[in-house]
Amino acid sequence: MLGNCAVAALVLAGLAAALRVGRSPLWRQAGRELRRRRPFALLVVALYAAIALLDSIAWVDHEGGGVHEARSLLVRAFPADFREASYSAPLADVEFYGGAPLRHPGSHWLGTDILGRDVLLQALRGARVALLVGGLTSLISIPLALLFGVAAGYRGGRVDDVVFFVTSTLASMPGLLLLVALVMALGRGPVQVCIALGVTGWVGFARLARGETFKLRELDYVQAARALGVPELRIVLRHVVPNLMHLVVITFVLTFSGLVLSEAVLSWLGLGIDGSWGQMIDQARDELSREPAIWWNLTAASAALFGLILAVNLVGDAVRDILDPRTLRERA
Amino acid sequence: MTRVLEVEGLVVSFPGEHGRTPVVDRLDLELDAGDTLALVGESGCGKSMTALSLLRLVPRPGRIDAGRIRIDGEDLLALRVDALRRLRGHKAGMIFQEPMTSLNPVLRVGAQVVEAIRLHERVGVLEARRRAAELFERVGIPDPAERLDAYPHELSGGMKQRVMIAIALAARPRLLIADEPTTALDVTIQAQVLELLRELRRDTGMAVLLITHDLGIVNEVADRVAVMYAGRVVEVGARETLLGAARHPYTQGLLRSIPALAPRGARLPEIPGSVPSAGAWPSGCRFHPRCPRVFDPCKQHDPDWTALPGQRVRCHAVARELAS
Repeated sequence: MLGNCAVAALVLAGLAAALRVGRSPLWRQAGRELRRRRPFALLVVALYAAIALLDSIAWVDHEGGGVHEARSLLVRAFPADFREASYSAPLADVEFYGGAPLRHPGSHWLGTDILGRDVLLQALRGARVALLVGGLTSLISIPLALLFGVAAGYRGGRVDDVVFFVTSTLASMPGLLLLVALVMALGRGPVQVCIALGVTGWVGFARLARGETFKLRELDYVQAARALGVPELRIVLRHVVPNLMHLVVITFVLTFSGLVLSEAVLSWLGLGIDGSWGQMIDQARDELSREPAIWWNLTAASAALFGLILAVNLVGDAVRDILDPRTLRERA
Repeated sequence: MTRVLEVEGLVVSFPGEHGRTPVVDRLDLELDAGDTLALVGESGCGKSMTALSLLRLVPRPGRIDAGRIRIDGEDLLALRVDALRRLRGHKAGMIFQEPMTSLNPVLRVGAQVVEAIRLHERVGVLEARRRAAELFERVGIPDPAERLDAYPHELSGGMKQRVMIAIALAARPRLLIADEPTTALDVTIQAQVLELLRELRRDTGMAVLLITHDLGIVNEVADRVAVMYAGRVVEVGARETLLGAARHPYTQGLLRSIPALAPRGARLPEIPGSVPSAGAWPSGCRFHPRCPRVFDPCKQHDPDWTALPGQRVRCHAVARELAS
């Protein structure tokens, strides 16, 4: 339930961002530039997003008896009851240990895992978790960072001291320990993990936002707004925050991959989200020590993870180049 | 003539090595409706800080320590924050030096003018937009209706400064404070903007406080001139008197160092020494270490105002000359 709300929130946030971008010619131009520079990486990210979206639309069939779970569009797209008894190698006709014939010989492109589930399907379904972790965490941590950073940078003085104390305290604790402690306290589950990642991860951007606000506060157009009698809150919302948006976008894209990787680390510690690539990798660890080794599980999850991270990083790099005011000036 | 601006004994200070250091020290100014007063001085003499303090915009950790500022009859230093906010823009508008950075880069310029109009008057967005277009036309922006939708980066420096002026005029202020409005512009654009300021003052009857270091500009637009040195006004007078018959040795030195007035080929006369920085001001008259007419009292006592017909001077030498 919580997970569904999270997905809905993400999709809404995405739509809002798209609307905002579509309205402003400045952002539209940046979008065009991005498409020109990184068409392939953007396509890959879009593919992952499409798969994740397909996997997010699910419903329960009520015909027949027995226990039913909601099956997503992605699962339905695969042949019904696409399961074997146990391990099988990619494109094999027989089971890996024992040699019993498979029910769907030759159709498991990436083989099956110990429960006989198709590895390709598992790897594809991991995209949903990955995007959820990256997106929802950013949705939590970026507003938090903006609130604290802008408040500290704009008000200065006592507020700045308090925020500085909080951020320094957070930054001085070992990140992983804090993360583990938070997940333990909040309980397991996708939203809980995102909250934990968000609460531990906002410090860096808060500092960036603080510094930038500090600079913006003294700029002529903020001074001019003040000289016009614009109320302080309005100055912040209209003249300061919109001028931080390029940093928000850059931070979002550049930290996205880090968040997905953090989830993988949590999974490795047994605290991750069910169905994530991290969990697949964690489970596949032991399988490597079998004789002969089961390698396709680990490979599929790692490759899927690698593909997304690489594409997101490539896009992030380009986004930074396009939106960073320094490179903007060089191009102008 | 109504008095729009009256400043008495204004002190603005910043924390320095030995306690608070004044950057503006016991400054007096007055300005009537329809008049243009030019505040002239070298860099670092405190003229920009004076301009900011007139709207209580002195950046922290600076603050106004003493004095009285009255704008259109209201005692600025006694106002509470919300009343002060209503006064800003409405009674006094301000134009800044750098048109390149004085407009919010992510907002269309029209939106910024509309914001300024709606801050002080209850009008609808459409009505405000119509008024914004009128203002654009008034300040000489071609195709005003289309330009409303432009972003600042799409406009030239001169156009941006016109937009800034339109914003400053949005709430029909009684006083316009222009802090070096033409320094960042090309010479031809400078002339246009100055002409615009002159026209606006004539049509609206507002008072203009023009802060500049350019005596050429002073000669073109000012009615009265106040010369600042090391945080104080040292000489005030009507433009003709002051530019023609300056009495203070500093003003005389400034006027002599204008290239156009010096004989061709001769070395340009300069004022010996350099401007003392705030906190290192000498005792007595602050100009005495560089003054050609220095004598004993200059080193000990700060000179008071000496009134002359059409001008006032803070100088011991002038006072002695007058007494004898």
